[in-house]
Amino acid sequence: MLIKLTGGMVYDPASGIDGQRQDIYIQDGRIVNKPVGEVQVDHEYDLKGKVVMAGAIDMHTHIGGGKVNIARTLLPEDHRLDPVARTDITRSGCGHAAPSSFVTGYRYAEMGYTTGFEPAVLPANARQAHMEMADIPIMDKGGYIMLGSDDYLLRMMTAKKDQKAINDYVAWTIQAAKGIGIKVVNAGGISAFKFNQRKLDLDEQNSHYGVTPRAILKTLATAVKELGIAHPLHVHGCNLGVPGNMNTTLDTIQGIGGLPMHLTHIQFHSYGAEGDFKFSSGAAQIAEAINKNKNITVDVGQIMFGQTVTASGDNMIQYINHKHASPNKWVTMDIECDAGCGVVPFKYKDQNFVNALQWAIGLETFLLVDDPWRISLTTDHPNGAPFTSYPHLIRLLMDRSFRNDRLSTIHPEAQKMTNLASINREYTLNEIAIMTRAGAAKLIGLKDRGGLSAGNWGDITVYTDNADRQKMFEKPDYVFKDGELVVKDGKVIHTKWGTTHVVKPDFDASVEKDLKKYFDRFLTMKLDNFKISDDEITEDGRGSLTVHPLKGGVA
Amino acid sequence: MAEITEVPSPFCGIGTDDLTIQVEGVSLKVTKNGCTVNTPAFEQAITDTGPRVDGKKVSLDVAVAKAAALLKDTNQPVIGGCATDVNGMRALLALADRSGAVVDNMNFTNARRNFLALQDSGWINTTLAEVKNRCDLLLVVGVDLEAFAPRFFEHYLWNEESMFLDDTGKREVIYLGKAPSGNASTSPTGQKAQVFECGVADLPEVVAVLRALVKGNPIRVESTGGVAVADLQAIADKLKAAKYSVVTWAAGALTYNQAELTVQTLSEMVKDLNSQNTRSSGLPLAGKEGDQTANQVCGWTTGYPARTRFSRGYPEYDPYLNDANFLLDNGEADALVWVQAFNAGAVPPVTDLPTIVVGRSGMTFEHEPDVFIPVGTPGIDHAGHAYRMDNVVAIRLKKLRDSGLPSTAQVLSAIEQAF
Repeated sequence: MLIKLTGGMVYDPASGIDGQRQDIYIQDGRIVNKPVGEVQVDHEYDLKGKVVMAGAIDMHTHIGGGKVNIARTLLPEDHRLDPVARTDITRSGCGHAAPSSFVTGYRYAEMGYTTGFEPAVLPANARQAHMEMADIPIMDKGGYIMLGSDDYLLRMMTAKKDQKAINDYVAWTIQAAKGIGIKVVNAGGISAFKFNQRKLDLDEQNSHYGVTPRAILKTLATAVKELGIAHPLHVHGCNLGVPGNMNTTLDTIQGIGGLPMHLTHIQFHSYGAEGDFKFSSGAAQIAEAINKNKNITVDVGQIMFGQTVTASGDNMIQYINHKHASPNKWVTMDIECDAGCGVVPFKYKDQNFVNALQWAIGLETFLLVDDPWRISLTTDHPNGAPFTSYPHLIRLLMDRSFRNDRLSTIHPEAQKMTNLASINREYTLNEIAIMTRAGAAKLIGLKDRGGLSAGNWGDITVYTDNADRQKMFEKPDYVFKDGELVVKDGKVIHTKWGTTHVVKPDFDASVEKDLKKYFDRFLTMKLDNFKISDDEITEDGRGSLTVHPLKGGVA
Repeated sequence: MAEITEVPSPFCGIGTDDLTIQVEGVSLKVTKNGCTVNTPAFEQAITDTGPRVDGKKVSLDVAVAKAAALLKDTNQPVIGGCATDVNGMRALLALADRSGAVVDNMNFTNARRNFLALQDSGWINTTLAEVKNRCDLLLVVGVDLEAFAPRFFEHYLWNEESMFLDDTGKREVIYLGKAPSGNASTSPTGQKAQVFECGVADLPEVVAVLRALVKGNPIRVESTGGVAVADLQAIADKLKAAKYSVVTWAAGALTYNQAELTVQTLSEMVKDLNSQNTRSSGLPLAGKEGDQTANQVCGWTTGYPARTRFSRGYPEYDPYLNDANFLLDNGEADALVWVQAFNAGAVPPVTDLPTIVVGRSGMTFEHEPDVFIPVGTPGIDHAGHAYRMDNVVAIRLKKLRDSGLPSTAQVLSAIEQAF
């Protein structure tokens, strides 16, 4: 089957193409070069006047795993406002803040997104994350495996085990839990909370292990690099949401000593403590540090006004945040001497000074970071806002007068505390394509996604150019997934199942000897029952695994 | 004969995965680490090997076609039981979505006590490895824990080593409400649990007083529900002094109206403790016969727990009105599908409505259902996944024998396809 997409305006930053009229051919799911000679085109789409990009990739979105399901269970009243009926080809479910798995897949696809990564896969709960994601149709998915508050790593660090031993453990864990990256959440802090520590600064020791967040970050960032895992260590920093935490963030950037590091939902970590309310924007300083330190990448975690729910591995911070729960109900959990979670519903209000300034801080960050290859567009779904707000966010970034109109409506004191109005930058379509496609694929190390050159899978989104960028991005004309047309005029017309992206870094098999003993002594499962087998992903005939290459010639 | 080790159990809820099972043909024998719950559940013999329609043996295809035909003619089918593995629940929900059924897990009226508290105010909970390594005080409220899970203490309290306690034998166990039926809660060094008994109906008051004492509120009576307030004060003091106390209850044992308020009081008490500079966590006991599995899979598929209807084309949750028994008794349902792959003794409610049973081999019925399709048991006849009581860890169930019985997922998917 040969498909031809004819005459569209192509934005493919992966190939350096910034708005060029170009035909695209798809054969057997993948993009191919123009066939030579006389070849029968089976299906041609006339894309004159249309904008063509690769399928979008959300590199940080909470779409599967225990905390997401707790969030769903906690909020029946939110689901009731957004029921989704079944059709002949789609399943029923619910939407808004914590949508059902099927609706997650449909709504992402209907916005032109074809891939999403769950950033907080606890090894102890990885099975659940994969089972939930297996029920997300159309999209590809993957997960970052959470380490850094797990007893095994911390006791290794206390015992001053060498980096090689730690690398083996990290590689073993990412394989056992089937991930594509390593994530740290409040390094050592989730563990510290279980010992009744209520905060943990970058250089503060965990009271039991005597290990600091700084040391954990360095150790894990080194492991990720030495193992050749393409995605840099994915870091949810210390002191999330705490006024003045920008200094922690700046310190974290310095402390990593040039190692690759991804700072996630940076907006929540860019706060000063100036002004009448002791809460101010640190976006300018943070952006400056990002601009200077090329080893650093970020995603923003933009907040949007309205009801949502926050779901995080950071039980320490979420416990503190429960005071802001709206509606007033919340869950935290300590999990398996491995990790934790906290789920707190939030209602961000534009007339609340702090919320209004958070909104501005996120936008300042987007606009002040120079290099779109090092910043990803996220709301930390659903923590800052549901992913369905992306088209609105894109308009805020691309349309200065729209942005300033919105700015003029927020809490007046917050308006005074942001320099947003003085920032003239408007994102271009090419920059949006970098942030949501090529840059995200590069950052995660996806070998054949996020681009439109021959060899890439046929994940393609086609929009009608529209000066109202929100309208443009919320309703693509066509979305192709692996070369199959799945969305037409913003509606799912066909469903399929995506793959699960993983990496398989090598480890010394002898690592299991100690781990087996450790599991028998302390944990609640046998080692062999803990490891997720390939079968578990593929046995129902829908799922598949795609293994991505390691970096820098690491075997 | 084969011997299979490290076998995980879907029956006891606490996720034991150290059983050794001998397999001879289709007979199983638990040779190591069995218990009164797991051993009979694994060893139960296969008696029904093929489906029946109107009591007559038929092929699977015929039974599936008959089931689909029965369902097609209905306005409000109800799918009860919902006791199966993750793939079974996936297929069950697909069938419910297709047929506009009500889905109701058979233990939901018990689980509702937890869900109502969770959905009203939330909780701070923990998981079994945290209990095993961290818990220094276990408060057991209103349940005979060792009858619920015979190996709980051996596995999670009297473990020889723990990460953070020098001597697990020094942990304290306090029973409030119901007394233990045996000595499993006595530590290896002979320290017995403290027991403060009261009637189950007195629990709301006793628990409310305990929470008040944790908060430091004055109590003017000397005893409540037969428990001395001084004793409750001592429990409150111990909870406040503990480094990591765990409060456990079983929703199924709180057999009185509005028991969700007791769950809520306990959960709010745990929150109160955490705001007084110590750590404490709740631990609801559940996880039997796929109840957590049903709620988890229904949770991600619909947004709601497993008492949800699809009759309007989209899922609607109602913890009271979608009760299968209520719908059957009220004449609102016009067909019953009963799915129970774990327990042959858990038969469907008696009804005159067309009934399809997808059940564990060995079920005996007062009224023969219109269609009976015996299915394999997850973790015995086929691989699968089930959730443990702590609702975080999903265990990977093994296939132990070749019985030829189809899985719940295969049968329900076939019915959906034929629909």
